[in-house]
Amino acid sequence: MTDHPEVLAVTDVAVAINGRPILRDVDLTVRQGEVVAVLGANGSGKSTLVKTVLGLRQPARGEVRLFGTPLADFRAWSRLGYVPQRSPVGQGVPSSVWEVVASGRVSHRRPLLPMGRTDRSAIAEALAAVGMTDRARQPVGTLSGGQQQRVLVARTLASEPDLLVLDEPNAGVDLFSQDAIAATLAARSRAGATVVVVLHELGPFEAMIQRTVVVREGRIAFDGAPDRVGALLADHGHHHLPASHGGLVPEVQAPLEGQA
Amino acid sequence: MLDILVSPFMLRAFLAAAVTGLSAPAVGTYLVQRRLSLMGDGIGHICVTGVALGLLTGTSPTITAILVAAAGAFLIEVIRSTGKASGDVALALLFYGGIAGGLVLVSFAGNGAFALQGYLFGSITTISVTDVWAAVAMAAAVVLLALALLPQLFAVANDEDYARTAGLPVRAYNVLIAVLAAVTITVAMRTVGLLLVSALMVIPVATAQQFARGFRVTMLGAMVAGAVAALVGVTTSAFVDVPPGATIVLVSLVGFALTAPVGAVVQRRRRRRVPFAVEEQPDHLTVDEPHGHEHGPGCGHEAVEHGDHIDYIHGGHRHAVHGGHYDEH
Repeated sequence: MTDHPEVLAVTDVAVAINGRPILRDVDLTVRQGEVVAVLGANGSGKSTLVKTVLGLRQPARGEVRLFGTPLADFRAWSRLGYVPQRSPVGQGVPSSVWEVVASGRVSHRRPLLPMGRTDRSAIAEALAAVGMTDRARQPVGTLSGGQQQRVLVARTLASEPDLLVLDEPNAGVDLFSQDAIAATLAARSRAGATVVVVLHELGPFEAMIQRTVVVREGRIAFDGAPDRVGALLADHGHHHLPASHGGLVPEVQAPLEGQA
Repeated sequence: MLDILVSPFMLRAFLAAAVTGLSAPAVGTYLVQRRLSLMGDGIGHICVTGVALGLLTGTSPTITAILVAAAGAFLIEVIRSTGKASGDVALALLFYGGIAGGLVLVSFAGNGAFALQGYLFGSITTISVTDVWAAVAMAAAVVLLALALLPQLFAVANDEDYARTAGLPVRAYNVLIAVLAAVTITVAMRTVGLLLVSALMVIPVATAQQFARGFRVTMLGAMVAGAVAALVGVTTSAFVDVPPGATIVLVSLVGFALTAPVGAVVQRRRRRRVPFAVEEQPDHLTVDEPHGHEHGPGCGHEAVEHGDHIDYIHGGHRHAVHGGHYDEH
């Protein structure tokens, strides 16, 4: 797969939030068609890594490229599909499932122009893919957590992205919905899409994951085939890194002190 | 007696009230969605400085108000989006700075203090022909933009991070909503007054969202509720000696209060039907009690989704069909 074009490239990236270094020395290249799981404990920096890749956080150092273009010059946003871990979509004014999924089309639509047939069929397909067609008119706030997560996946599918980035799609989601999401992503992957998914544990995604990246204390601690992680980590569904791997040296100063 | 309703000043009042009632909830829906319900209030406070500047310099208070309000709205949006922890406090400083600054400025303007009253509490019956047409034009622009840019503005108000990754200029759209709010408030200051304008941006939305299942329907319903409240309020004040601005807001509140019981029933029904979360594989617990009838569609027991099947609410229990018997879920 090394001859496939790179979809996502993170080079020597460091991220600091309010002067606190969160990510350091991060290098990561994902090529077209790969399915990569990003694993790590809570607070390890995996969500920050995702947000940096998406341009929601500015790196203090290093470069992020999407589809070969530096993030600052990147304009092909419809090729990128983000599924956030939590979203405020169910709160505030009621919004129907259809409306939320339809908002995934904004990356294709021009302001002030009405929705076209392509838009409508993409929305219908996305709803069908996650099994929410019969709930299209229901307010999102009245759905279970798992169903809401499926709506967020459908919103992203509606934009027909080449790269899907999901932040913990399993968090607080019932097994039925986890399976539905995993099956949908597997189908997108077979159709040629690249998938980067942040996970706390592999769960129903295990079968489709080709490569695993483990983030620990803001650094990439492991990058390789998932079966090797299994050998590296204790095997009871959770992932633990051996104490000797990585780790902080107390006398080393944080390299980004004072940088925003 | 009814002649008063077709007198020129009343027709002007009706027109001004109608466009206020339509435009305020249109922008208000976006503000409520972004949980910035009180932003209208804040911009209204800042407008006081704008009006005072107009009265002091002898220019049109509408023009100075719109400029100051737009600048204030822009500033609020910048403070908010920089995400400072003290953003909330910074907004409060801006709001009270606006109202205090206005009151001090207007004290230099001789009898301006009296004129300010008309803007603080509204003076719909003394509104001039020019003012009415200006209000109609501004309200039309606000409503058109709020509806035409609904897909983009909804995406931004609904989920800012997602909208950013979809390539939308999120800050520009947020500033647009803030400026639309500023324009709406300038329109509404002659009808309901700066101190009450926020009510007309929020209450009709609260009324509509009890029943609506979607965002667009909420917005349209809120616009209808706002326009009806504004027209009923003005009509009432034509016959009873009450201030029109405050009456409009009270009518709007009464509308909410009257629909609230129905809304509560609708909401309760919706909440009851929220699917049960699926935990681990449920234990197989057979129900012992005999069932006089078979659960099914329309059997009279609430059917609530639970993962891939239906639970029937039966005397506080959740019964799920399992082969020839019922399981306790």
